Amino acid sequence: MDKQLAEEIYFEMVRGRAFEYAAKEHYMKGEISGFLHLDIGQEALSVAAMKAFGKGDVFSTYREHIMAMVRGISPNAVMAELFGKAEGVSEGKGGSMHLFDPSHYFYGGDAIVGGHIPNAVGCAYARKYQGEESGVMVVFGDGATNGGAFFESLNIASAQKLPLLFLCENNEYAIGTNITRVSPFKKQSKKAEPYMPTLEVDGMDAVAVHKVITDAKAYLEKGHGPIFIEAMTCRYEGHSMSDANAYRSAQEMAQCKARDPIEKMKHYLETVYEMDETVIAQIESQAQQEVDAAVAFASEAPEPAPEALYAHMFVEGGNHALS
Amino acid sequence: MLYREALNKALDEVMAKDENVVVLGEDVGLYGGSYRVTEGLAVKYGERRAIDTPIAELSIVGNAVGMAIGGLRPVAEIMTANFALLAFDQIINHMAKYRYMSAGKITLPMVVRFPQGVSRQLAAQHSESYEQMLAAVPGLRVLAASDVNYAYHALKHAVLSDDPYLFIEHELLYNKKGDVDVDRPLDPFKARIVKEGEAVTIVSYLKMVDDVMAALPQIEETLGCSCEVIDLCSLNPVDYDTLRKSIEKTSRLVMVEEDHKTGGYGAQIVSTIAEEMFYALDAPPLRIAGEDVPVPYNRRLELQSIPTPDSIAEAVIAWGRKHDV
Repeated sequence: MDKQLAEEIYFEMVRGRAFEYAAKEHYMKGEISGFLHLDIGQEALSVAAMKAFGKGDVFSTYREHIMAMVRGISPNAVMAELFGKAEGVSEGKGGSMHLFDPSHYFYGGDAIVGGHIPNAVGCAYARKYQGEESGVMVVFGDGATNGGAFFESLNIASAQKLPLLFLCENNEYAIGTNITRVSPFKKQSKKAEPYMPTLEVDGMDAVAVHKVITDAKAYLEKGHGPIFIEAMTCRYEGHSMSDANAYRSAQEMAQCKARDPIEKMKHYLETVYEMDETVIAQIESQAQQEVDAAVAFASEAPEPAPEALYAHMFVEGGNHALS
Repeated sequence: MLYREALNKALDEVMAKDENVVVLGEDVGLYGGSYRVTEGLAVKYGERRAIDTPIAELSIVGNAVGMAIGGLRPVAEIMTANFALLAFDQIINHMAKYRYMSAGKITLPMVVRFPQGVSRQLAAQHSESYEQMLAAVPGLRVLAASDVNYAYHALKHAVLSDDPYLFIEHELLYNKKGDVDVDRPLDPFKARIVKEGEAVTIVSYLKMVDDVMAALPQIEETLGCSCEVIDLCSLNPVDYDTLRKSIEKTSRLVMVEEDHKTGGYGAQIVSTIAEEMFYALDAPPLRIAGEDVPVPYNRRLELQSIPTPDSIAEAVIAWGRKHDV
């Protein structure tokens, strides 16, 4: 990985974590509400996968703040959305779990576990139909691989040879249930093996994630059909802010944090590019400044107007369902 | 032209006009569709535009949502409303909500078509109607075609619109004959006055419109009055203007529907009219609907479970006599 890209990835990871801690803080203060799913611990995956996929459509889940920002949605627009403000990327109608921006090839932001996978399959069909080579990536957790939508999607994507990258973030927990308690497999790629090639990557290693996604994208562009990548990762927080994370021991959490993705990337910059502390401090300071600015922006942004309630229902005709 | 031919003609014309239009569903391609609505499209436009899918309704609708996001105009066919239940997550959580949740950043130009209702002894898992649930979902346009001309124009409109549509057909209407006036496009959201009248407004939709019309001579002759029959056509939005005008004239409302009476679609219509026009009514509204049982297999029981021309006539006449129509 070249130096500039490595720096960018490090910056995005640091900014992402700072963003998530800021979101947590303002949730505790009551300025952010609803369900808030933090991505702390999984930054390598969220940042490097989005960076590597480049132009190409991405469908993701409710744990998507960092992905949305890496795709190009501004931290201001994401934070304002968390605050439910009119200047949020979804104008305060989606919240934390529903960030969308087609101009950045980012389609959510879906909060039905596994429910977005068939949408990604359909989009991949459209891209193949249009002769677009860029392909589609769908990101989901290990928990989604136990549902019917996932299996239907493996089958159709494979039968139709669609340019679709299945990226499984395996953090081993579906909310509080360890995957091995509800699935015969610890590695979920077992489920995809009959349908398509599968690869595994250390989801805590941004350099490795970037490489595997880059390779997978090249595979998609050759028209061979879908590919499945399983990234083993670890979330540091509970599933959402309403989960106290009581089901994981201190020892398990310590082992998890010993693999810290930001420390790993920092070490990479220091050893491979001999980056000194001043440069690293500059990157970290800029990341924090952007997050602080996003919080200020979100705090000051206006509430949606009452008329917004019925806006964006339909393209044509009136907005009222029963007039 | 037959109802199914009108639907086929509509699809054929929009596919010819816009290469982004694709149809997908189980057996819609080489087989030609369970009710032959997509017949010939695979041959004419290729299998990549008339797409045979596995029997996986969640994916049929879910993939259509993704195709629409990706810039196509998919028309998904589900074999019956009963199977659409497997796709309710996609219809309600995805198709209906993406535009609103994204503040209009995502548009879903797509249609999901399916027939519903009692055909002939198909038993409970192939005979139900689910418009009452689906028309109540904010974010969907829901059309119900009872008429050949309407079926043709409304389906074309739905496919070419940028909004998500559910297009409801009826198992027993596919071979209905009618004329299509191709040169006169219609407003798909406007209710159709099937017959004008003075004393009673009878509101219905889908196949029950035909059953009301079959019952009408007996009703009018026995009660000695004329009835106005309205086909709603669009179940969401509802053309309340047409209903209000008719009821201002007749002062009486009868609602006829095939779905179960409890929570049935007509409950909303009657409730809205009662709220708004209570003092304009000369009689309590009458609701004629299916019984609150799963549709039984046995033919006699099956017919007992839904309104028929005879039972409609009987109910309206009894109500009319009681309330001095």
